[in-house]
Amino acid sequence: MEIFQLIISGISQGCLYGLIALGFVLIYKATEMVNFAQGDLMMLGAYFAITFVTVLEWPFFWSVLATILCMALVGAVLERLLLRPMIGEPHFAVLMLTIGLGFVIRAVAGAVWGSEPKALPVPYSGGVIKLGDSVIGYENVAVVIGTVILCLLVWIFFRFTRIGIAMQAASQNQLAAFYVGIPVKRVYSLVWAISAGIAGLAGVLTAPVSLVDPLIGFVGIKAFAAAIVGGFGSLPGAILGGLLVGLTEQFAGLYLPPGFSEMSAYVLLLIMLIVRPQGIFATMQKKKV
Amino acid sequence: MNLLEINNLETYYGPVMAIRGVSLNVPKGSIVTLLGGNGAGKTTVLKTISGAIDPQKGTIAFAGDSILGKDPDAIALTGIAHVPEGREVFPFLTVDENLKMGAFTRKDNDIKADIDAVYDYFPALKTLAKAQAINLSGGQQQMLAIGRALMLNPKLMLLDEPSLGLSPRLVAEISEIITRLNRERGVTVLLVEQNARMALDIGHYGYVMEVGRIVMEDSCERLKSATDVQEFYLGMKDEGVRGKRRWKQRKTWR
Repeated sequence: MEIFQLIISGISQGCLYGLIALGFVLIYKATEMVNFAQGDLMMLGAYFAITFVTVLEWPFFWSVLATILCMALVGAVLERLLLRPMIGEPHFAVLMLTIGLGFVIRAVAGAVWGSEPKALPVPYSGGVIKLGDSVIGYENVAVVIGTVILCLLVWIFFRFTRIGIAMQAASQNQLAAFYVGIPVKRVYSLVWAISAGIAGLAGVLTAPVSLVDPLIGFVGIKAFAAAIVGGFGSLPGAILGGLLVGLTEQFAGLYLPPGFSEMSAYVLLLIMLIVRPQGIFATMQKKKV
Repeated sequence: MNLLEINNLETYYGPVMAIRGVSLNVPKGSIVTLLGGNGAGKTTVLKTISGAIDPQKGTIAFAGDSILGKDPDAIALTGIAHVPEGREVFPFLTVDENLKMGAFTRKDNDIKADIDAVYDYFPALKTLAKAQAINLSGGQQQMLAIGRALMLNPKLMLLDEPSLGLSPRLVAEISEIITRLNRERGVTVLLVEQNARMALDIGHYGYVMEVGRIVMEDSCERLKSATDVQEFYLGMKDEGVRGKRRWKQRKTWR
């Protein structure tokens, strides 16, 4: 039952990649900017959660909620202060800005919380589900459940709410969105808030699985690979890409020599770019210039 | 009473002066048309009104208030609906959702009724309510774009080349709809067109633009009979005595 065990941990890890990839894709779809600080926002979220639980000693559930809300606020403020003045600037400049932003977030987190790994105590830690001879930790189950709930909420939001549809409209045709009176700039702030909120949730979910230090944000690069594998610009693709990367990693770790696990995400990315460059869910959108 | 008053507008694209001092008035309840060839600056005038470009100089007053320098969404809120050139629909939303987005600025409960009213004007759209806009034909997309603008309950509609790329039958249909909207709903219209014949047929008053300036203005009836407009925009040419035009013959405004 080794394979079953691998699939479970692959899915759990893949969900985390998928959540970060979701943040990449949301921001890219709406604003055509790529936020390379997405992984670092996740790290920040994990530290927020640790602070709320261990320092302020809030109950776990409220800490999670507070983390997501605080991260959403951080996202909106970042958009307002840093990204909005960049509208109309070359993509390269925005790219450098978000990479730099990642550095700043890492440095600030290191200064505030220190660089030694910290743990997030969760009420469900240590518990396991036994299925045959495979063992699944509650932490991993929580990741999957959290991801499923979040995906459901995101889907409902974009499919049925007025502001969700308006966000789709703004990303499909910005000019027309302006002309029908959608406040496109505020929509951008909201997109950043949502993406950062999702990163915050990813942080809360990842903290019990692995220890938190200022450098865990680098999984963002793997999540970026996942987003491309899924077809950059597709929300289901982001999650699916994340799962694929997570599973590939687990299997490469067992069946291939040591070291292959770490690079498997990028090998998958390369293969994908050669075989199907548009990704799994191609977004066949003709961009208006 | 003038719903829209533009005075001495100057707009630049970077260093290029696209509009060189345009003044025009759109009386309430009328259809005013803006004619001119490619690159005359017609579209720029509309974009400047709806706030997509900020002008360098001049004033724009809508219903007595200045709307200069406002963001496009704020201007939409005041009741100006811009139907841009080239059917800018939301491609991956359904027809229904496109129309609902048109009412984004509204908070009232008549939205459902107004969607039905749009379907009354454009019966072709009703059967496509659940179809994605990208799958619609060009004419249907144009109708959707106009219908979506109607959902704003606009006082003023800015129509940019609604006849572009449509068959003569559809052009006739669209112009009939514009006339009906004006007559039945009292929507004031500023119509930019290359299809001068259609524009002069449905318009009340017309301006002719050339290289960023207004070179002629008159009622559409009189514009239709003006020789220059006939020659340059309606394609009626007076053959000279020897079958040749004299080199001296020029437009009156030059």
